[in-house]
Amino acid sequence: MSVVRIPPVLRASAGGNKQVEVPGATVGEVLAALVERFPGLRQQLLTEEGELNRFVNVYLNDQDVRYLQERATPVGERDTLIILPAMAGG
Amino acid sequence: MTKSYADLMREVRAQIRELSPGEVERLRQASPGIVLIDCRETDEWEQGFIPGAIHLPRGYIELNVEAMVPDRSQPVVVYCAQGIRSAFAARTLQEMGYADVASMSGGFQQWKSMGLPWLMPAYLSHEQKLRYSRHLLVPEVGAEGQAKLLASKVLFIGAGGLGSPGMLYLAAAGVGTIGIVDFDVVDLSNLQRQVIHTTDRVGEKKVESARLTINALNPDITVIGHEEMLTAANVERIIAGYDVVVDGTDTFETRYILNDAAVAANIPVVHASVFRFEGQLTVFQPYQGPCYRCLYPTPPPPELAPGCSVAGVLGVVPGIMGMLQANETLKLLLGIGDTLAGRLLLFDALDGSFTELRLRRDPNCPVCSDAAVEARKAGRPLPAATVGEDAPFILGGSLGGQA
Repeated sequence: MSVVRIPPVLRASAGGNKQVEVPGATVGEVLAALVERFPGLRQQLLTEEGELNRFVNVYLNDQDVRYLQERATPVGERDTLIILPAMAGG
Repeated sequence: MTKSYADLMREVRAQIRELSPGEVERLRQASPGIVLIDCRETDEWEQGFIPGAIHLPRGYIELNVEAMVPDRSQPVVVYCAQGIRSAFAARTLQEMGYADVASMSGGFQQWKSMGLPWLMPAYLSHEQKLRYSRHLLVPEVGAEGQAKLLASKVLFIGAGGLGSPGMLYLAAAGVGTIGIVDFDVVDLSNLQRQVIHTTDRVGEKKVESARLTINALNPDITVIGHEEMLTAANVERIIAGYDVVVDGTDTFETRYILNDAAVAANIPVVHASVFRFEGQLTVFQPYQGPCYRCLYPTPPPPELAPGCSVAGVLGVVPGIMGMLQANETLKLLLGIGDTLAGRLLLFDALDGSFTELRLRRDPNCPVCSDAAVEARKAGRPLPAATVGEDAPFILGGSLGGQA
């Protein structure tokens, strides 16, 4: 199980959780398991084709998965996925 | 036994190494790690000194040298006006265990007469020396750094939750010109976090309110008010001439407009945003690190990114993030430390934790990639996602240029 950190704007769609433990061997599998558990997240994270929305960044530990192997990036047991949408507030 | 000055001088000369000004200049060019100590009195230093030298008057050498040159293996060259005082100072340093010490023969007088480079110290008035004395004591700032700050221009986009603390501290720090873009008036609901404004200024223009507070704190500061909304039409004109822009806006539209213009004008943007208990912070240093579009190529739909007026925010969160923006700004202006360019700092007030993420330049960025720069030069900028005014967050054009 890896840990997924849910940003504040998405917590309402994730049962109010700040972080959840989700199974999966790749970034794609972890995100799929996440949206299966919290269907309200699907539209906010993924396109209809299942790709990551461009306004959401996902980091494996401190690295942007877009510069790793995107959804195919392997995820280890102790890894943390951070979901990061843009914030506007000032 | 009595010793004359001539006896002492002979003894000292036999015990130390002397270098001519020409040799010192070659050494200075070849090894930047060399420490130059100017051991003359303050009134002599104020008439000019060798670039990079530390001012440590002869009478204070024993007391202060360990703090200023902690590594005793570092090569040190001492100079004075003619090479006499520095010879004695060099022997003292040797006695203290400094392993590689030399005195410059002929001193600063000969250095100057040979046409070698020298600088005048930055001029600060008596009052400025007092006001900024705690900066002057820090070697990384000092009189040179303080003079740099006084000559600097920083533009704040927004005199709100993020801008308020940053403006206060940069004004206190002596950043000579502070520009403020804000067309709003002070509202009672602002005062829970926008500490540059006051209760008796509710209803007044934010720019004017900020000016009053800044000048009450530090009358040295020139405040330039830009009472208009930042738009694609005016952004280039407004940001021109500023050294750093501090982004404290609360809409994506403004953030993209600012990003594109700042990249084109090669002005660093210190970026922060907040939501309830959390904040994000980074520095967009054009062409050296990623820009805002590399990080967020397209804006999110509105329900995913509510502003403070909708979602609320713990007042200290913009305060903390705004202060960190001020810190990054000072580092950029002074050229010290490592900025957050290429790193995104996340702050969680409830956990009391900071998380750092690595950011990269997008090689296909429609604004800061090599192709984008070429296209701008040719007068045909690459299309990028825009945020429409009437229909926010609808993408205009295509994402052409993106792979």
